[in-house]
This record gives sequence, C-alpha cells and structure tokens, in this order.
Amino acid sequence: MASNISESIVDDMIAHGIDFVTSVPCKQLAGVIEYVENNDRVMHIPSNKEDEGMGLCAGAYMGGKRPCIIMQNTAIGVTVNTLATLIQYYQFPLPMLISYRGELGEPVACQVEMALHTKALLDQLHIPTFHFHKKGDEAELGDILKYTQMCKKPTAILTDASFWGAA
Amino acid sequence: MIRNDVLKSILPIITNELVICNIGSPSQELFILDDQPSNFYMLGTMGLCSSIGLGLAMAQPEKVIAIDGDGSILTNMGTLPTIANNVTDNFVLLIIDNGSYGSTGDQPTYAGKKTSLSAVATACGCENVVECQAKDTADELKKALASNQMTVIVCKCSSGNVKVPVIEMNPVVIADRFMTEVGRRQS
Repeated sequence: MASNISESIVDDMIAHGIDFVTSVPCKQLAGVIEYVENNDRVMHIPSNKEDEGMGLCAGAYMGGKRPCIIMQNTAIGVTVNTLATLIQYYQFPLPMLISYRGELGEPVACQVEMALHTKALLDQLHIPTFHFHKKGDEAELGDILKYTQMCKKPTAILTDASFWGAA
Repeated sequence: MIRNDVLKSILPIITNELVICNIGSPSQELFILDDQPSNFYMLGTMGLCSSIGLGLAMAQPEKVIAIDGDGSILTNMGTLPTIANNVTDNFVLLIIDNGSYGSTGDQPTYAGKKTSLSAVATACGCENVVECQAKDTADELKKALASNQMTVIVCKCSSGNVKVPVIEMNPVVIADRFMTEVGRRQS
C-alpha cells in the first residue's frame, strides 16, 4: 500500500509540473525517493544536506524548472536561515515534501524532540503548512502545488506515519 | 592580487555566461565593477553559491560561472561531492581562495592553512580541477569555458577587500531581472 501511495504522490507532482527534485533520505520517504530516482520525467539530484538542496532548487527555478525538495522534518532545524534569506527573500516557490517523524507510530524516541518543534518553527517562519495524516489526504497535493507557484513561497507538506500506513 | 583584482581580470573573459556570485564582498565588488542582468547576487545564505550555480546549470543550457569563495565552500563542503557526481559541462566553479572570511573581517579560513580545496575537490571526484595563482585566473577561466567540460578552478590570492557599498537592489528585482535574462536566451 505504502509504495502505491508513494508512486501516486510522485505521479501527481509530475502532473503538476514538478520536474526537478532534490532529496535527503528518510525511511518513511524511501518509496517516494526510489520512484523519483527511477523516473525519467523528473531530474533527481540527491543532496548531502537540506540547505544545499534548497540552493540547488533556487538555481533550478531560475533556470526554468519547477523544483521540489523531499526531506525529513529534522531538516527544518537545518534550513531556517536558507528558507528566510534565500527562498522567502527572493520569492522562490518551493514545495517541501516532508516526512513528519516523531508522531504516533514512531519507534525512535529522539525523533519526537524535533516533532515537538516542527509546526511551531513552520508557523514562526510563516510557511503555509499542510498535514497528510490519513489515507486520502494526498488528494490535496495538486492544489497545494498550484498554491505554491501562485504565492511564490516555500510550503510544507507534512506526512506522518499514520498517513504512510505505518502507525 | 586581492579578490577585486581577480574580478577585474576575469571580466573581459565573462561575455555571455550567467554568473552566480557569492554573498558579501564578492557580490558587492562585482556589482560596482560590472552590474549585468546576467549576474545573480547573493544577499544572504552563506555557502550556497556553488549549489545555486549547479542547479542553474543543470536546468538550462547556457554556461554558468559560480564565483565562490573558500570560506563559503568550507561552509557547504557537501557541495563538492554533489558537483562531482552530477557532471554538468556548462558549469564552472571558480573558488576565489584568499584564505579568509573577507566579508566578516578577514578572519583566516582553514583553506589558507593546511586544507587544500583543490585536493578536496579531487578527492570528492571532480574530474577537472585546476589550482592557479591569481594572475593566471583569467587564462584558466578562458580555458575552462573553451573546454566545454565542468571545471573547478581554485584561485589562490591575497586576503583583502575594497570599500564598496552594500547592494540596495531588491532581492525580488535581482531574481526577476536574472530570470528574464535566462528566459530571453531560451526563447
């Protein structure tokens, strides 16, 4: 089931014009990343750190691509400065598909620590945030991607373990 | 030669290329020397010049020069493996290595001590890495552009800045002007 959701999310992203993806891995997003990597319709450049990935996305956007970054919620802690001084300051649209670790079903205690700060940080940064919690929530993805291009902001799509069917 | 001298020396070589310029003094100095719609100035976000340059080069066919610094590369060292493993032949990374964090008061970097950025770039898998003295930078840049191969140039120069004002152009104007220029070339 999870892999089917992974594939339909990527297909939906591509259908809405996403053609450049960078990623830093998360176990919860492994299916998405694998499907992106093996998909000819989208350029996939793995990055070593999420702020680096946002730099790649900024350049790709200025070159005419529609980028997306795939990362874990721990990356919010890594990318605060980049979100504020690059993505928001220059008004680059950037959908962030984020695994929301540390919620119900989480096996790793340390993940809870950043989960506690995730929504507060996104709120503080004035980042439009959407939360996929149940199967079917992904139906909004297309509208979220359109909204991101319309307002030229970073947007966060939090996907938790319940959504992926792992809780 | 200091960074400003290197910038002056390479200006005649940069004709049609798109330029991503590092935050702080490098962008401010380039802005005063030769402001162009084909220049993208970083106003913040230390470290990401080379990443923005690579993303831009991958996204479109025009040649891209990222004018970066040693301190910025050290801040975002993960960029070098990403560059090495995603060969993009319209991309030149020019690292102006003055061994210091110029914009913040010329504090020494490790690149000015024991760490060789050209050796790091090579170890990361970059295939065309050139280390040169400041006076040879223009020649090396010319060769790199003519080669049509992705190249990393590490230009060793002296530490120091010239007095230039901060860039007051609005970031959205910088990006919009730059993107209009990129789009014009593709139409």
